[in-house]
Amino acid sequence: MQATSTAFKENAAGALVDAQLQKALTKMKAGFIDKRAKAAAELPEFEALRDQAKAIKDHTLEHLDLYLERWESKVTASGGRVHWCPTAEDARARVLEICRAAGARTVTKGKSMIGEEIAINDHLEANGIEPIETDLGEYIIQLRHEPPSHIIAPAVHLTKEQVAEDFRRAHTALPGDRQLEEPIQLVTEARAMLRERFLAADVGITGANFLVAETGSSVIVTNEGNGDMTQLLPRVHIVLASIEKVVPTLEDLATILRVLARSATGQEFSSYTTLSTGPRRPGDIDGPDEYHVIVLDNGRSAMLGSEFQEMLRCIRCGACMNHCPVYHAVGGHAYGWVYPGPMGSVLTPALIGIDKAAHLPNASTFCGRCEAVCPMRIPLPKMMRHWREKEFERHLSPPTVRVGLGFWSFFARRPWLYHRLTALQARVMGRLGRGRGGFSKLPLAGGWTEYREMPVPQGRTFQDLWAERRGERAQGARAQGARAQGARG
Amino acid sequence: MPPASGPRVGLFVTCLVDLFRPSVAFAAVKLLEEAGCAVEVPRAQTCCGQPAYNSGDRKDTRALALQTVRAFADFDYVVAPSGSCAAMIRDHYPALFADDPDARRAVEAVAGRTWELVSFLTDVLHVERVPGRFEGTVTYHDSCSGLRELGIKGQPRRLLHGVAGLRLREMQDSETCCGFGGTFCVKYPAISDKIVTAKADNIDATGADLMLAGDLGCLLNMAGKLKRRGSKVQARHVAEVLAGQLQEPAIGEPSSDR
Amino acid sequence: MSGRDEILGRLRRSLKRGDGAAAAAVDERLQGRRRNLVPARAKQEPAALVDLFEEKVKAVQGTVRRISGLDGVPAAVADHLKAHNLPPKICIAPAPDLEGLAWSQAAPLLDVRAGAPAADDLVGVARAAAGVAETGTLMLLSGPTGPSTLNFLPDDHIVVLRAEEIVGAYEDGWDLLRQRYGVGEMPRTMNFVTGPSRTGDIEQTIINGAHGPRRLHVLLVDPAVSE
Repeated sequence: MQATSTAFKENAAGALVDAQLQKALTKMKAGFIDKRAKAAAELPEFEALRDQAKAIKDHTLEHLDLYLERWESKVTASGGRVHWCPTAEDARARVLEICRAAGARTVTKGKSMIGEEIAINDHLEANGIEPIETDLGEYIIQLRHEPPSHIIAPAVHLTKEQVAEDFRRAHTALPGDRQLEEPIQLVTEARAMLRERFLAADVGITGANFLVAETGSSVIVTNEGNGDMTQLLPRVHIVLASIEKVVPTLEDLATILRVLARSATGQEFSSYTTLSTGPRRPGDIDGPDEYHVIVLDNGRSAMLGSEFQEMLRCIRCGACMNHCPVYHAVGGHAYGWVYPGPMGSVLTPALIGIDKAAHLPNASTFCGRCEAVCPMRIPLPKMMRHWREKEFERHLSPPTVRVGLGFWSFFARRPWLYHRLTALQARVMGRLGRGRGGFSKLPLAGGWTEYREMPVPQGRTFQDLWAERRGERAQGARAQGARAQGARG
Repeated sequence: MPPASGPRVGLFVTCLVDLFRPSVAFAAVKLLEEAGCAVEVPRAQTCCGQPAYNSGDRKDTRALALQTVRAFADFDYVVAPSGSCAAMIRDHYPALFADDPDARRAVEAVAGRTWELVSFLTDVLHVERVPGRFEGTVTYHDSCSGLRELGIKGQPRRLLHGVAGLRLREMQDSETCCGFGGTFCVKYPAISDKIVTAKADNIDATGADLMLAGDLGCLLNMAGKLKRRGSKVQARHVAEVLAGQLQEPAIGEPSSDR
Repeated sequence: MSGRDEILGRLRRSLKRGDGAAAAAVDERLQGRRRNLVPARAKQEPAALVDLFEEKVKAVQGTVRRISGLDGVPAAVADHLKAHNLPPKICIAPAPDLEGLAWSQAAPLLDVRAGAPAADDLVGVARAAAGVAETGTLMLLSGPTGPSTLNFLPDDHIVVLRAEEIVGAYEDGWDLLRQRYGVGEMPRTMNFVTGPSRTGDIEQTIINGAHGPRRLHVLLVDPAVSE
């Protein structure tokens, strides 16, 4: 997917005045936040499980090459095939190869962020194969030719009216006068439309929430059942995964599963959590004849051993963006690529380069709520700050910022000079603002005063006043001392 | 004033309080002195370094950190009327010197003794009664650093409950960011405005007379917004109410004389 | 250089590791298969776990009916069809527990077929391998007696489970798999099912029956039940 992250500010400006988007975003806020809080409160062991989940992933990352090898040997032993793809291009090519070998005309897809990352749909279409998104949110945005705006709720930016409009436009065979006001009507229609596609597909492509080294299984965590139909009905099942998805044992999987759904949607467990291991076995009644796993690097191996290694603990729950005030204000599309919100602000520069995503780690107040809710305890603000450091080192920050900061630091490091200048500034601003409470306009502070008053300083600095008071106290103490002396003498 | 028998406290003024609102620091001094502390204000302090730190300028941040640490080396405690500045010193300064064991020792010594004002009063000095009086309703905003980095939540509310005449009414989403974020509010002003507008809506909805918080950056941001939209809710730093130092106009209010 | 060599090479360079100790740590973990923290709610007496299981299934809009024996399954299924105005046609998993039942006695006109569901099968009756009480989760396994598509295609998902097959934690389910298939081995598809299919993709409104079943009905065979 082509990144438009450099246009974050413009994207955001559009998002802020998009009435339908703002309406949709208001609905998502309370739902996700309250539900997650409730789920966390109802499991006494939740905090301890977060610590354990973090420890499992840290251990796995430290031994990632070895776990990947163990996992691969189990996949092969069960009759599956592993395709190691260093780049997105490798992955696209492999998927196309497998689809061609299967004589595929249509391919059903469960939701896969890796699929978005490598832009697999465009590649299949360009090569005469029709990909059909089956996750309801993904289906809707496919109709709209849009990317997802959230990693687990792809159509969260849309109102039901917009969805109804899309369905009327796309489902031309259905009666035009049918009712489509309510979500249940929309869901029922999508169910019917997609059922035929599920049954006719030649190949099914899913993502993978996890890969289990102990058994060679891939895991999908879903609610709709589309991922399961995608992987069971066609002759060929392709799993799109990235290298950091591995967990060592089934026990480790269980621990992380306990924090995943609770953090994502507030459910204790998703409706369907499925482990797939190889193709169908002799005697199986259904299931695919072929099982392929595409394991993608695309920049992740470089994150290992760097100050961004902790980002590889991410299990794609979406809690961070659900709790982010910036995401709530502008939605996911503003971030310009596959991964929005706080996790996107850390991961996107790592995968596509900081020069192509410079805004993202800067568009944060560092309120810290993302880190507070991350089930894997990823220090997201710290890593966004690391990106800011890299930008500073490479002079990617705007010159005004650098100069302004340099100016400020020069004075702040010379207290005597600083105190004189600030005393002057306080007096000047205090005088200019005398009789007013605030400035509606202030040179060099246009960004502030466009939306807010700038409160007038009280007119003297504290250091100035304190020195005065100390002087008075000293005088008073000397006078007291003199009187005491006099009294004695 | 009788000589204090209690701890020696170095007051970290914070650059915003120093420039915009000294009355906050005077309120802090009053609260600390009434709790038995001997308060001094080192002159060689300017800024904790957050603006440089959050802009990715580690070099200048380290320089400011060392300056701060030197200025406050001899106190029993370092107290700041700001959650974000206190967290900067306490939590972030040591990490800046991971590669320099000598500097790190000196930094950790000061960092370990650094406290935000309200939590210092409750958690260290065990203050239960404060001198303030306030007839009216207040609402309280939980500034992000204080809340999430220093765990400040119950302490200001406990002390406010002890203020005679004061009624506390919680706003919706008190823990949600106000949109200040240091340089964020001037780098992304339209997004910051959206966030502070939601906060102002929540503040107005309480019908409170006064809104309080423990960080002046947040307060300047919220007060500036409230004033721009003609809100009747006034804004002060929580220290002013706790200390009963209300003679100066509220933030963004014109002085009554002249 | 193959893609495999390239990726593994990069990883080893990033991790700056030689060998030896690391491989031992990996072996140790994979062979140890140690349980991490298991929530207290999963560690109760069997009878309490059965109650917890039922409570949790209902909490996710599933329904549970306790029957005293497997022979009660046909009548219970017939009741379910009647209650929801469903046509008398079901697809059952070709499991011994289900195939041998007296279906025609319970509902003489009932059309019963065993095997994978057809596109127009509205009701599927499956046989679970276990139930996990901690979240009301059913474990269903693929195999000669378990068509996995039966768990997804029909509108109504009826699952037969014995009370003694209810365990507390997912980890207990893993032990069951290891007993059945061997350590490190799995059937092709293991489904954990918790409630019916659902989506919140349209304005956060939860709707049941997105693509998978609209309804989940558990027939819990519990000899302790008096009917």
